[in-house]
This record gives sequence, structure tokens and C-alpha cells, in this order.
Amino acid sequence: MADAFIELVDVEKVFEVRRKTGFLRRERRSVRAVDSLSFTVARGEMVGYIGPNGAGKSTTIKMLTGILTPSGGRLRVAGIDPSRERTRLAHRMGVVLGQRTTLWWDLPLIDSYRLMHRMYRIPDARYRENLDRLVELLGLADLLDVPVRQLSLGQRMRGDIAAALLHDPEVLYLDEPTIGLDVMSKARVREFLRQLNAERATTVLLTTHDLQDIEQLCSRVMVIDRGRLVYDGALAGLHEVGESERTLVVDLERELPPIEAPAPARVVRVEGPRQWLAFPASESAAGLVARIAAEYPLVDLSVREPDIEAVIARMLDTPADTPDSPPDPAGHTVR
Amino acid sequence: MAWGRSRPVEGLRAYRLIAGMWIRSTLTYRASFALTVCGNLLLSGLDFVAILLMFAQVDALGGWTLPEVALLYGLSVTAFGIAQLAFGSVASLGGRVRDGSFDTLLVRPVPVLAQVAADRFALRRLGRGVQGSVVLGWALVAVDVDWGVVKVLLVPVTVVCGAVIFGSLFVAGGAFQFLAQDASEVQNAFTYGGTTLLQYPPTVFGRDLVRGVTFVLPLAFANWVPAAYLLGRPYPLGLPEGAAFAAPLVAVVCAAAAGAVWRAGLRSYRSTGS
Repeated sequence: MADAFIELVDVEKVFEVRRKTGFLRRERRSVRAVDSLSFTVARGEMVGYIGPNGAGKSTTIKMLTGILTPSGGRLRVAGIDPSRERTRLAHRMGVVLGQRTTLWWDLPLIDSYRLMHRMYRIPDARYRENLDRLVELLGLADLLDVPVRQLSLGQRMRGDIAAALLHDPEVLYLDEPTIGLDVMSKARVREFLRQLNAERATTVLLTTHDLQDIEQLCSRVMVIDRGRLVYDGALAGLHEVGESERTLVVDLERELPPIEAPAPARVVRVEGPRQWLAFPASESAAGLVARIAAEYPLVDLSVREPDIEAVIARMLDTPADTPDSPPDPAGHTVR
Repeated sequence: MAWGRSRPVEGLRAYRLIAGMWIRSTLTYRASFALTVCGNLLLSGLDFVAILLMFAQVDALGGWTLPEVALLYGLSVTAFGIAQLAFGSVASLGGRVRDGSFDTLLVRPVPVLAQVAADRFALRRLGRGVQGSVVLGWALVAVDVDWGVVKVLLVPVTVVCGAVIFGSLFVAGGAFQFLAQDASEVQNAFTYGGTTLLQYPPTVFGRDLVRGVTFVLPLAFANWVPAAYLLGRPYPLGLPEGAAFAAPLVAVVCAAAAGAVWRAGLRSYRSTGS
């Protein structure tokens, strides 16, 4: 179980960007999209891979799938160097690119699956078994004869996920699998992925902007920023690293000036009789609540857990050498 | 990069599978398909009509009679038609690279060239080959040639070699689009321009152009040289006697060069991304 299924050691990817600076003059500039990236993923793990746009998520996925060749470092998936043996690895991995369907637009859904059957040389019995299972779990039974262009976004995503799994891949890469889906479709996709990982021990690596995907699916999360891994660990640990804060929402009897709370707790917002106080997530709320109850006319209160999006935004903000860092997340902590 | 089954066999199989999907996709719009087939036949017939119109005014073009020019036309257009049917889609590679959908081809377990060549496979392109072979058929009957076994065999060999030469041009041009994604017009100048050029006798063109078409882009072997042999005419540029039979060799060299250019293009894509 401890064997590393995906292994990256000091992987880097440098793009040569040529920019037109004159009629025939070009300026060459290298952009380091991924910088000494090292991590391992064990067989059967489900890992969330997050970071802002342009952080290097897609570049990493493209190197893992063999689409791009790393500029340096060592990369192995199931013992295979993806860029050298792309075709061999293709039989063992499934890829779902959320914004790009691999299904055949004008043909019934089932035709795309028949193509996979033959293209991947899936044995007949196994194909039928996998198809039946995926059709049932993803609720595709009524859609098989429908041309793909008539499917809704959520239906198509489920169709794409099924297409990526017909050949029993050991690893599944999902790039934004829930992007643009409604709440019901998201729930269905997540439930399916959870089952897939639990029952078939498929290794799953997913990138997402929807942190609920991570919260509901992944025990481990990796955060990448400007090509570097800035966090790798349990989701819960993110809160500590991100020095996240919880929020105490207090309803007073009437409008009052901001509560004088003991540091480090502080009022971050006042709106009529309601006030929002931020305090470190690692501290207990009890003392603070008792103090306020003793000194102010309290009507109601509630505690809000830190918003992970804000946590990550703050974490990416911490390296102080960033003039173009994401906006201050103060507005996010209270919603 | 070889394991298990050989790559050409795998490639052909994948080509068949993907082309089949595209044919079925096209047939979901039957009326549109029928219309484009008719339109294609008409359009590709027009350039032969242009030649006929010329011969309404003159008896010979550069010393070649109508059946002889028709032979050139038939050989060139038939070979080009086959190449375009099989490899024409490589020309639209740039679009796939630009919109990023090229990546989805790279995660499949089949050769990329086969996937790109079969991409948007269009049966309507059959029109050009059919029209070319009709003219070729007429020309073969109409020309004044003393047919022997060698000359009879030379005709299909020439068509196949011509198709390979044009196909190589499509592939090499496609590979260039890894670097310059809007280069398809440059490629068209060589492919479509090449086939139009070959429809006229070499004697009407300047020596430098003929030289270029013989030694740089060896299109001359697709019809000029073999046709000169069939008709007992002097070879362009005074090429040696055996030149008419060099077409297979030229075709193999072209295919190998195109393969190398393709691999280099793919390698540069995979190391630069887009």
C-alpha cells in the first residue's frame, strides 16, 4: 500500500515564450510553469489539487498524462515515464477534462462507448460488465441512445466520466469535473467518485475551483502556487497553516458601538444590531462568548467555521514577496 | 517506441475506427451530405472545364494534345484526391492545437498521426478522386500509346506513388502547424497549388519552376515524368531514362521525410505546450 503510484522528484517545466517586439524582432523569455515539484501519491489515494489560475495545475496534469514532456526532474506513473511511453500508459489511465468532451457530438452516447471498447481493446465481457455498472451508477440508462449534442452539461459530464473508466484505469485524472454543473449533478458526480475510490481503489487526482469537491471527497489536498507546492497534507491542516479564523456572529438588543473584545478577537463588521467578530480557529469560543454575554445585551449568536476558500487565499498571500497576490480575504471570512 | 503490435497496423486500425465514426456523424445530416457531395463534384470538375475551354481555341498546349493533357490532369487529380481523402484533415491540425482539443488525442492509446488524419474524415472528398479517375479513364483510351505490360503497370503505380507524395506534403505541412498554427494557407499553396500546376505540361513552365517541382518538392514524379515515358516524349530537364520508374523510390523518401518532420513537430509541441 505504501508504494508510490505517482512519483515526482524535482519536476520542472519551463516554457520558452516568444513575444513579438517589432516587425521581425522577437523577445525570448522563459516562463517557469512548474518549479522543482516533488510529491508522491499512493495507489488508491484520492487527492485534491488546487491553486489559482495559472499556478501550474494543468501543466502538472499534462505532464502526468504524457501530453507534455518535463524540462527536468523525474516523473513516474505506475513505474512508467509518461512522456516516453504515452501510449502504454494510456491503457492504464483515464482522463476527464471538464471543459472538453471526448464524446462524439452528433452520435448517440453509446457509439462513443463502442469506440472506446475497440480503441482500448477492452475484452468483450469486461466491457459489458463495466458499461452496465457505469450506466447504473451514473444514471445513464435513458441517455445511451441520445445524441451527445442533446445532453445537458451534467449528463455529458457523467457520460465523459463513464467513457474514461470503461477500460478499468488504475488512475483517474479529473480536471474541473464539476465546473458549470448544478447542485444535483455535482452531488451525483461526487457520490460516484467516492464509490469508485472506495470500491475499486482507483487512484484519483482532481483539480477543482469548487472547494466543496475537496471537502467532500479528498482526505489529502495539495496546493500549488506559481509552480511550487505550498501545501501538501490533510484538509484539516490547511486551517492551521492558513492561520484561519472562525467568526462569531452576535445579535444584540440594539445598535451599539463595536464590541470591545479581548485581543486577538476583533470586530470585523457591524450592521445594525448585528456584529461579526473574528478569532483564531485554534481558540475556543467559550471564553469570548461568556465575556460578551456578561457585558452586552445579547439576543442570539452563532459560530461560523472558516471558509476554506478564504483560508487558501490567505495562505497564498503569506509569502510576502507577492505584489500581485489575491485580494485581501477579509471580506470572505464573514458571509 | 514499438511494443506488441506494429505501429503502422495500429495506426491503420485506429484510422478506420475514427473515420467510421466521422462518416456516421456526417450521415446524421443526410441532405447536407448529399448537397456537399454534388457541390464538390461540380467544383472539382470546373478546372477540367477550363482546360477544355482552352482547347476549344488551340490544338495543343506546350506541344501536348488534349488527350495528353487529360492524362496529366487525370494522374494528378486522382493521386491528389486519394491523398486528400486520406490525409487532408492533417491540414486543419492548427485549429485543434489552437483550441486545445489536440490534447485529448494525446491521451488515447493509438498513434496521433492516425487520429489527426482521420479527424473530421470527409467522404465528400471522394468527389475529386472520382472526377480525376473519370478523366484519367478517358485519357488512357484516347491517347496514342502502344501499350505493353510495363506501361500498363506504370499507371496504377504512378497513381499510388503520387498519392503518397501528396500525402507526405499534407503531413509535413500539418506538422509545420505545430510551430505556426495559422500556416494552413501556406500549405494550401503547395498542395492545391501543386496539383493545379501538374495539370499542365511541364513545357509551358519556366525551367526554374520545373527544377523546383522535380528536385525540391518532387511532384514531377506524380505525373510529368511517368506521363512523358508513356507518351514517348522527352523528359523534363533531360532526366535519365529510368526516371519514370523512380517514383516508388521518391515516394518512399517523401514519406520518410514527412514522418521525420511529423515526429519533430509533435516533439516540439510536447515540450512547449501551447
